[in-house]
Amino acid sequence: MTLVEPARRGARSIFLRRPFFTLALLVAVGYVLAAIFAPLVAPYDPVAQDFNAMMQAPSGAHLMGTDSYGQDILSRVIFGARYALIIGFFAVAIGAIGGLIVGLAAGLSGGWVEWALMRLIDSILALPSLILAVAFIAILGQGVDKVVIAVGLSMIGPFARTVRADVLQVRVQLFVEAAGLMAIPRAVIIWRHILPNVIYPLAVQVTIRISEAILVSSSLSFLGIGVTPPTPDWGLMIAEGRAFVSFAAWMSAMPGFALALLLIALSIVGDGIREEFDPKLKGKA
Amino acid sequence: MQNAERPVFELVDVEKVFQVRKPGQRFGRQTVGLHALDGVRLSVGQGASLALVGESGSGKSTLLRVLLGLDAPTNGQALYRGRAIREARAGGSDFARDVAMVYQDARGSLNPRMTIGALLAEPLRRFAVVPEAQIGARVEQLLTRVGLPADAAARYPAALSGGQVRRVAIARALASEPSVLVADEAVSGLDVSTQAQLLSLLRRLQQEMGLTLVFITHDLGVASYLCENIAIMYLGRIVETGPTDAVLAAPAHPYTAALRAAAPSFFQPIAEPLPGEIPSPLDLPAGCRFSGRCPRVQGDCHASDPYLARAGEGRSVACLHPLASPQASALAGTFQD
Repeated sequence: MTLVEPARRGARSIFLRRPFFTLALLVAVGYVLAAIFAPLVAPYDPVAQDFNAMMQAPSGAHLMGTDSYGQDILSRVIFGARYALIIGFFAVAIGAIGGLIVGLAAGLSGGWVEWALMRLIDSILALPSLILAVAFIAILGQGVDKVVIAVGLSMIGPFARTVRADVLQVRVQLFVEAAGLMAIPRAVIIWRHILPNVIYPLAVQVTIRISEAILVSSSLSFLGIGVTPPTPDWGLMIAEGRAFVSFAAWMSAMPGFALALLLIALSIVGDGIREEFDPKLKGKA
Repeated sequence: MQNAERPVFELVDVEKVFQVRKPGQRFGRQTVGLHALDGVRLSVGQGASLALVGESGSGKSTLLRVLLGLDAPTNGQALYRGRAIREARAGGSDFARDVAMVYQDARGSLNPRMTIGALLAEPLRRFAVVPEAQIGARVEQLLTRVGLPADAAARYPAALSGGQVRRVAIARALASEPSVLVADEAVSGLDVSTQAQLLSLLRRLQQEMGLTLVFITHDLGVASYLCENIAIMYLGRIVETGPTDAVLAAPAHPYTAALRAAAPSFFQPIAEPLPGEIPSPLDLPAGCRFSGRCPRVQGDCHASDPYLARAGEGRSVACLHPLASPQASALAGTFQD
């Protein structure tokens, strides 16, 4: 008896089949590498002020120009990637873990516990994550760590809802009942049979939501309530350049461009991963 | 079959009533009882093999859930070796180890994120069937026993065909070394050659391991090949039981005769099907529940509801006017090749 080969959608790899995904992945990886090796890559100290080189247009010495304090914008953009990715990653981690716990509890408990948790999630979802993050910042105060917590907390709602929906779907599956028939303890059933079938869709959600977290954190900085100057944060840089936009447009445009490119790249990567691994979309291909 | 031991399963007038919304009422909260099982009597002895046969909606699956202790009967007693099944299930892992289940949807009953090896190891670990060090060897042994290559252990269910997944489900059921195997349509929906392989596998396992087998099917051929005894269900009640060969050769209940006649055979036109659909259990006909479709219905059939009564050696039938043997063989004979 021979075993059937696992179904393969063409022998070509995902990188050849999805050129945009590959391109976006390269861009995203480029950002990550630039963020990790920022001190090696950046030509200047991101917070070194040089009053002899204020508001210079992009040139050979300053590829992206300088800002009103004479700080090199390219260096600040590269260091800004650090903050953007750190905030995006940890905020989504907080949101995903919190959402997983709340969603699992809601999906598995039933009764009034589920009702209470879902109304809580609904009330969180009623507010856009930016508004919620502003509210949390108002309570927590400013700073990178505070932004991470505020953005993370504001993302628990959407994560919890998708996790609960998946749990409701998985827990009525036959293999869960079959495990119950074998007298497998409930905690083990949750750990071994329910969690793995919930975590994969969650991981896909994570890749999509990182860009949202970065956008919200940049928005907070832009509003002047996120990280504090002179931290090289993109949102902050855009805000600082706003006053000079008519004659020194590069001050806002360069960090804005960096932000937009990263968000687009992350969205394409997230969509690619979702389309590749989400079983619900497989049938349509 | 009546050993000194108590029968493995014994059902005494088991009823299972589901509360459902009144039909036609879209917003009301009034409910009516739906009798999925209505006075089921059944006894399965140690080492016996019983086929449960019936149309969809006859209550087979509900009966199965009661036998497994997933649902408690609303009325009556469901006993496992003399103990209430629900109690036996709640009272520790002995019942879970002793009674194994093979689902109709074998693929759905296997976690798609676990390898076949991990799936088979789960009951082995749970019931400490073998020491931890021997689990790999035992998994291999189980796979061999159901006719799968040993390297299947590293595969995921998605990589296996329908027939192979059923084998895995059977192997997992056997892993806990049960004495009772309950199988729900374990061979339906497979092509004939795979079906034949699985059937001979089940028969061999049953003979080698002395398994008690409760096999749900709608295929009379499968029932007669695999099971010594048969129970025909109709609308939540067992209408005829007895040794499979005797029941199928000379059905006493008109419904059994109709089922027997409906099985297609070579070089014969398909027999006239029973008139009408199986009635809704919410709206049972008065008297005998089969009276609406029975070709031999008589006046008193609409008046009184027959119960399962002895009719010959080892056989019982719930019919006021059972087919006498000569007639029965004549009726069955017309459809035999």
